[in-house]
Amino acid sequence: MEEKTPILSVRNLNVKFSLRGKVLHAIRDVSLDLYKGETLAIVGESGSGKSVLTKTFMGLLDQNGWIDSGSILFQGKDLAKYKTEKEWLTIRGGEIAMVLQDPMTSLNPLKTIGAQIREALMLHRSMNKSQAYQRTIELLNDVGIPDPVRRIRQYPHEFSGGMRQRVVIAIALACNPQILICDEPTTALDVTIQAQILHLIRDLVKKYALTTVYITHDLGVVANVADRVAVMYAGDIVEIGTSREVFYDARHPYTWALLSSLPQLGHRGEKLFSIQGTPPNLYAEIKGDAFAPRNPHALKIDFERRPPLFQVSPTHWARTWLLHPDAPSLDPPEVLQRLRQEEWQ
Amino acid sequence: MSEQPILSVRDLKVDFGSHRKPFHAVRGVSFDVFRGETFGLVGESGSGKTTIGRAIIRIYEAAGGEILFRGQRISGRISKDLDREVTRKIQMIFQDPMASLNERAKVDYIVAEGLYNTDRRLTQEQRRQKVEQALLDVGLLPEFASRFPHEFSGGQRQRIGIARALIMQPEFIVADEPISALDVSIRAQVLNLMAELQKERGLTYLFISHDLSVMRFICDRIAVIHKGLLMELADTETLFRHPLHPYTQALLSAVPMPSPDLRQDEPPVLYDESMHDYSVHLPVWCEIEPGHFVRGSEPELEAYRKIIAEG
Ligand SMILES: Nc1ncnc2c1ncn2[C@@H]1O[C@H](COP(=O)(O)OP(=O)(O)OP(=O)(O)O)[C@@H](O)[C@H]1O
Ligand SMILES: [Mg+2]
Repeated sequence: MEEKTPILSVRNLNVKFSLRGKVLHAIRDVSLDLYKGETLAIVGESGSGKSVLTKTFMGLLDQNGWIDSGSILFQGKDLAKYKTEKEWLTIRGGEIAMVLQDPMTSLNPLKTIGAQIREALMLHRSMNKSQAYQRTIELLNDVGIPDPVRRIRQYPHEFSGGMRQRVVIAIALACNPQILICDEPTTALDVTIQAQILHLIRDLVKKYALTTVYITHDLGVVANVADRVAVMYAGDIVEIGTSREVFYDARHPYTWALLSSLPQLGHRGEKLFSIQGTPPNLYAEIKGDAFAPRNPHALKIDFERRPPLFQVSPTHWARTWLLHPDAPSLDPPEVLQRLRQEEWQ
Repeated sequence: MSEQPILSVRDLKVDFGSHRKPFHAVRGVSFDVFRGETFGLVGESGSGKTTIGRAIIRIYEAAGGEILFRGQRISGRISKDLDREVTRKIQMIFQDPMASLNERAKVDYIVAEGLYNTDRRLTQEQRRQKVEQALLDVGLLPEFASRFPHEFSGGQRQRIGIARALIMQPEFIVADEPISALDVSIRAQVLNLMAELQKERGLTYLFISHDLSVMRFICDRIAVIHKGLLMELADTETLFRHPLHPYTQALLSAVPMPSPDLRQDEPPVLYDESMHDYSVHLPVWCEIEPGHFVRGSEPELEAYRKIIAEG
């Protein structure tokens, strides 16, 4: 296997928000390496911290949030220390670009899409007008927008939801970023459109040699885009590994539970597996393994001490006491074997 | 299935917009739903699936065709008594529990709202008891009655939405994307609850969704709708294993499977309406084999018959 170089390294990151006098601990001591050229998917339930984590890479935390400790190393600099907008502008859009769920939040309804792409081009890459025009047409071709010469003069509302998302991707690419962060880019789209956008993103990742972070709560999407998968729970990465390791050889009870509750693993007329209880309150201090209160197999130590990350393979880690040599052995739920079933197709 | 359907939709048409410039949202749709089954209606946004659901609960008027409930016509002008009965017996559960619940009303009012409209003779005490029972039925505590919706999680809010439907003792529930806004783990809870209630009370569901992967595991039969027309209807296994219509095939191939080894590497199959040549032979809605309906022109149907014969 070729040696992998991290392009971005997060170390012991803690992010907090203050809300009505109380402090919420949204990211709890997360470490993560992003490797050049890979697509890393981050999965987890609503509120687990997927968006907050990646927002710290671009200085986009809401006003009431801050990096409490930790570092984010990128190109020899620690982004966690960035303070001013001026510093962030060297990163945002240029080195790291983002595609969000709702394309309308990223587009200006009053400007033609051609003008918006051109702006991004001229801002981040010194191009003259005619070069920018040529490049805009190329980009629209690359993201699969037919008839770009005509489309360039149209406004966002003249595009369908799927086409708008393609425009947003074109704007992101205009900045020639190293890292592309996609936060639920297809969640609001129809399945057939989603399939096209996923395919497009995979093509572009190759063509532009992008490193991609793909945030989603949809495990079907994860299986279709990711090289590696990070599972988040209550502000922490509880398991990380290659896509196959996480889907077929998961080790953390939360990953088991998440996979087991997929409706696709159910049989009609039988009960689906469901996780009991609710995620922990991030305003309160979390002791031990955050998933312990909902984990029917929790050990005593799970309630007392936070487990370290245990290494399962050179590419696979999980934060669970079950991997401690002295822990009782526990088999993953049987239904997970259905994940491999061929008869789906 | 020789029994009489609980609900029949016959050549239903629904229009929006002005008379001058109507938009045909539903363009002639027919299907039967039988008692105790879960009938799925799957389609993409704007396909008309929600419109059909709303026409059934009489929010939208039919521009053509009719809807029969237990053999009685419930579309168009109907008697006050029948209207009251339909309002009770057919209930709807909505996609976004947050948006569908009145944020400023307490849970007890939200759950009991339907009773105020159909059963004015109930005393306050009787109503309170019914609310309590409905909350218990969906696994919520009776104490929740005095709280506001924003104090609940998404899954709990969807349960409140279900309690609100159950209190009417319905026979037929139109569930419009009831789990789309929920997290995977919460989805399973809501689906289990719906299945349990169906078993206990013999409820019939019309389950409207864009998510085929979920439908496969809860629907007995599925109808595929595209631009206001049904493309195909079959029992779930047949539809998944032997889809005939190219639109059904495109839809199925687009569903991402949660298993990396089944990853789709080829570009997704696209459906292009212009592939059908309907200039000479008009398409019809045809029962191509028992219980399996598909839309197509005579030459297309001939080709489908061949595929079926070859197994
Ligand atoms: N501006 C803010 N003020 C207070 N709390 C916040 C703020 N932004 C995020 N949070 C909290 O931080 C935690 C992580 O939120 P985040 O948006 O990262 O979740 P997510 O995993 O992206 O969820 P979703 O799937 O719903 O997008 C949540 O508990 C959230 O409520
Ligand atoms: Mg998010």
